[in-house]
Amino acid sequence: MGQIQLNQVTKSFGDVNVIPPLDLTIHEGEFTVFVGPSGCGKSTLLRLIAGLEDITSGQIDIDGQDATNLPPAKRGLAMVFQSYALYPHMSVRKNIAFPMKMAGMDEAEQTRRIDAAAKALNLTDYLDRRPGQLSGGQRQRVAIGRAIVREPSAFLFDEPLSNLDAALRVGMRLEISEMHKRLKTTMIYVTHDQVEAMTMADKIVVLQAGVIEQVGSPLELYREPRNKFVAGFIGSPKMNLIEGSEAAKHNAHTIGIRPEHLDVSTTEGQWQGTVGVAEHLGSDTFIHIHGIEGCDPLTVRAGGEVAVKHGDTVYLTPQMQHLHKFGADGLRIS
Amino acid sequence: MARAVTNQRKAINTAAAWAVGLLIFFPILWTILTSFKTEAQAISDPPVLFAFDWTLQNYSDVLDRSNYGRFLMNSIIIAGGSTILGLIIAIPAAWSMAFVPSKKTKDILLWMLSTKMLPAVGVLYPIYLIFIKLGLLDSRTGLIIVLMLMNLPIIVWMLYTYFKEIPGEILEAGRMDGAGLKDKILFILTPMAIPGIASTMLLNFILAWNEAFWTLNLTAAKAAPLTAFIASYSSPEGLFYAKLSAASTMAIAPILILGWFSQKQLVSGLTFGAVK
Repeated sequence: MGQIQLNQVTKSFGDVNVIPPLDLTIHEGEFTVFVGPSGCGKSTLLRLIAGLEDITSGQIDIDGQDATNLPPAKRGLAMVFQSYALYPHMSVRKNIAFPMKMAGMDEAEQTRRIDAAAKALNLTDYLDRRPGQLSGGQRQRVAIGRAIVREPSAFLFDEPLSNLDAALRVGMRLEISEMHKRLKTTMIYVTHDQVEAMTMADKIVVLQAGVIEQVGSPLELYREPRNKFVAGFIGSPKMNLIEGSEAAKHNAHTIGIRPEHLDVSTTEGQWQGTVGVAEHLGSDTFIHIHGIEGCDPLTVRAGGEVAVKHGDTVYLTPQMQHLHKFGADGLRIS
Repeated sequence: MARAVTNQRKAINTAAAWAVGLLIFFPILWTILTSFKTEAQAISDPPVLFAFDWTLQNYSDVLDRSNYGRFLMNSIIIAGGSTILGLIIAIPAAWSMAFVPSKKTKDILLWMLSTKMLPAVGVLYPIYLIFIKLGLLDSRTGLIIVLMLMNLPIIVWMLYTYFKEIPGEILEAGRMDGAGLKDKILFILTPMAIPGIASTMLLNFILAWNEAFWTLNLTAAKAAPLTAFIASYSSPEGLFYAKLSAASTMAIAPILILGWFSQKQLVSGLTFGAVK
């Protein structure tokens, strides 16, 4: 249970075509992440799957059944919203019970599922509180609890962690990943944060302007980005994209080299530049280097103990086996 | 040092607030005091504030001369009726404007409010003629309709502001959870909007209760509410200040008490949306 297939799905708002014809298959039990910059259509795509928006044309199949015209609640999917979207006037218990109440489930089963979800999400002590009396992380857990009790064939997450602070975000990220390992249910997760995408996904769908740029596992995308957009979007810090004569030497319009694939030396190397800012993170140092033709500044990821400072002259050597080449059309040259 | 300055500023603010409050309240206080004076004391020069012979004579005279109960009942029915009718019309209107707005929604809202800027007397004549034609003159039904129409823009605006504050995602969560329109209204929206509906109701009731222009012009004896009751004690010679004050006090007392007990609700209702 939990296979979702999109066939030639399109979506237009008036004259604006936000999703051109799109095909995508999400396999059962897969953790799929839709990632892309703001306005790329990832949330719209999720809402089309959820049934909160009607598709303009095409077909959506869920578990082999045509779900295109089914109302959201009949699709067997549960959604967790960015703003949590809890019912503020209901206690946590009633919030979690609401979908079961709507489905007319008997009270004993409701109580059993609420207790199980509360236990799994550490909410047992908060069941009689209202959402307003909870922290952001707890609220998000309630929203997840409300989704879990429906035992859906797939979970849809719409940027669920964006309202949390950085520390909590990392914690919740792990919790959701663990939940996926435990439940083995299909999950579709929308985010603009490529770190979330890389760390959580089995499969990443990179979107830009409603178009799928690439689909693949996190490492596939990292190692073999299909085009310049994916190359620049996946990986942190971003891949350095170098144009001009340096790229021409490699018979490419653009060459790409990730910051971690550049060797730094203070004595010799292929390219020479001047240190602008060196960001010392302890474990790593991100050095921003000026003066290299075709890419200014160029970012290098060096060891935490590298002693360089503003104004120093450094030499860089790209690791050739990690060099990416792109043509004038932006596509990868293999 | 900073704390001393803050305290001093606080004291000044408090004193200023009290001064403004008393200034606004003084006419009401004066009316209430006058209602306990004799007619002679009521017009004495210089006026006496507290040092007079307290009497309930005016109240007993007023109750003897007029049927207070009937005026009171008319006020309750007219203010209550126009409020309920207004809500029945305004809730769906504000609803659709907040949740399924069209390109013209803002214009319609502004237009509705602009009708409040028209002096009421400008439409008195046509409305009077319509009332004669429909046999609504001096009827509670007629007043309920007119007062409802007069306050409808404000009710719609207030409710619209409230409904706007309900996040759309909550309704979408409801849809995902299997709630139909009826369930959404019953279990999600109404409980969330109740504070807003209550304060709108309260404010509208007060406005309708205090409305004098239409009630005086469109009623005679049968449907006259408390505003007409007060007016019946104002005479051109001005010799019945004490009785007029007693009548006024009796007319404003119910709404004053209602306002007193619901002031928290009212204030939060009126400032809703102003501060998030």
